[in-house]
Amino acid sequence: MDGSTAGGLLSETWWPLAMIIVAGWFATDVWRWLGVFAGGRLREDGELLIWVRCVATALVAGVISKLILFPQGVLAETPLWLRLAAASFGFASFFAARQRVFVGVLAAEVFLVAGWLLLDAMAS
Amino acid sequence: MTAPDQPETTQNLQVPPEHARVWMARGARAAVSIPAFILTAAFVGYAGLARESGLTLVETLAMTGLVWALPSIVVLTGAISSGMGMIPAGIAVALASVRLMPMTMALMPLIKVPGKTRTWQLLIASHFVAVTAWVFAMKHLPDMPREGRLPFFIGFGGAVTSFVFCMTGVSYLLVESMPGMVAGALFLLTPVYFLCSLWGAARLNADRAAMVAGLLLGPVFFIYLPGLDLLWTGLVGGTIAYIGTRIVRRGLS
Repeated sequence: MDGSTAGGLLSETWWPLAMIIVAGWFATDVWRWLGVFAGGRLREDGELLIWVRCVATALVAGVISKLILFPQGVLAETPLWLRLAAASFGFASFFAARQRVFVGVLAAEVFLVAGWLLLDAMAS
Repeated sequence: MTAPDQPETTQNLQVPPEHARVWMARGARAAVSIPAFILTAAFVGYAGLARESGLTLVETLAMTGLVWALPSIVVLTGAISSGMGMIPAGIAVALASVRLMPMTMALMPLIKVPGKTRTWQLLIASHFVAVTAWVFAMKHLPDMPREGRLPFFIGFGGAVTSFVFCMTGVSYLLVESMPGMVAGALFLLTPVYFLCSLWGAARLNADRAAMVAGLLLGPVFFIYLPGLDLLWTGLVGGTIAYIGTRIVRRGLS
């Protein structure tokens, strides 16, 4: 949002879009393209691919726990224990419902909103 | 998985070109699904964050369509709103997106017909690699005839992306009238959805062990190695999970 350095209004419009194209689109799609070129040489059931999938899975799992432990925006106002409890409740419900994702997500949301309303009511 | 494969044996031999379009339409139809619905809701939550961060509608939509990976989009939004330079922002986004490479690598042997599929087709398909489409593909593609997998995946990815793109724009315009608690609840939706669907897509014990390792190591690396944390979480957590389960599978050989 700092457009004062280069060219006023023009750069204020174009700078974020340039950021999105270079720092967003290219920085993301380059991995997908590399994956295409590297993946063509892997066998579907090879040991290397099992390891690669482990790395990808652990990475996404890292994103999950970051989003729950260190959230952004309004969600950061909720206590950590409530977010953890809501996520755990959702995950447990997911298993109880024979691994139906929809049930897990719904259960976590209901738990979060109910807890949030309760805390708000107690605070006021 | 449990369905009998008998009717598919003829298709397995050779599929004429028009079948590709049929498979693409099937993929688009399969996109009308709970995962796509949940992803849409997560992007509705993101539209709120984008507006809060001072992004315009065009910027929000450009990011949704071009980056198409929610964790990377969230990182880039933070980078733009805090006035970060292009190079550091690019590095941060690239690190948040590293996981797309192993994910794409894992998908390629599934959707590729050896000696027939062109690289440019795979490059187009690769843009749709993100958690939702990837999880769906890893789970359902192995049950389909090989020739149908790539068009199915492109149909699925294209439909989900277009729908989410439109809904993100609509919710950007509507988000001001949304109460704070609804926006907050939408933000929890993404991690819980990732949590359940990632477990659902796990095929081996190694995948599940990697998930647990990533969940535990993610916050640790975030505190001690911020910036590079996701990369370390993946490499260390994934390798521990792989070696651990390999020893269980085959002993110390």
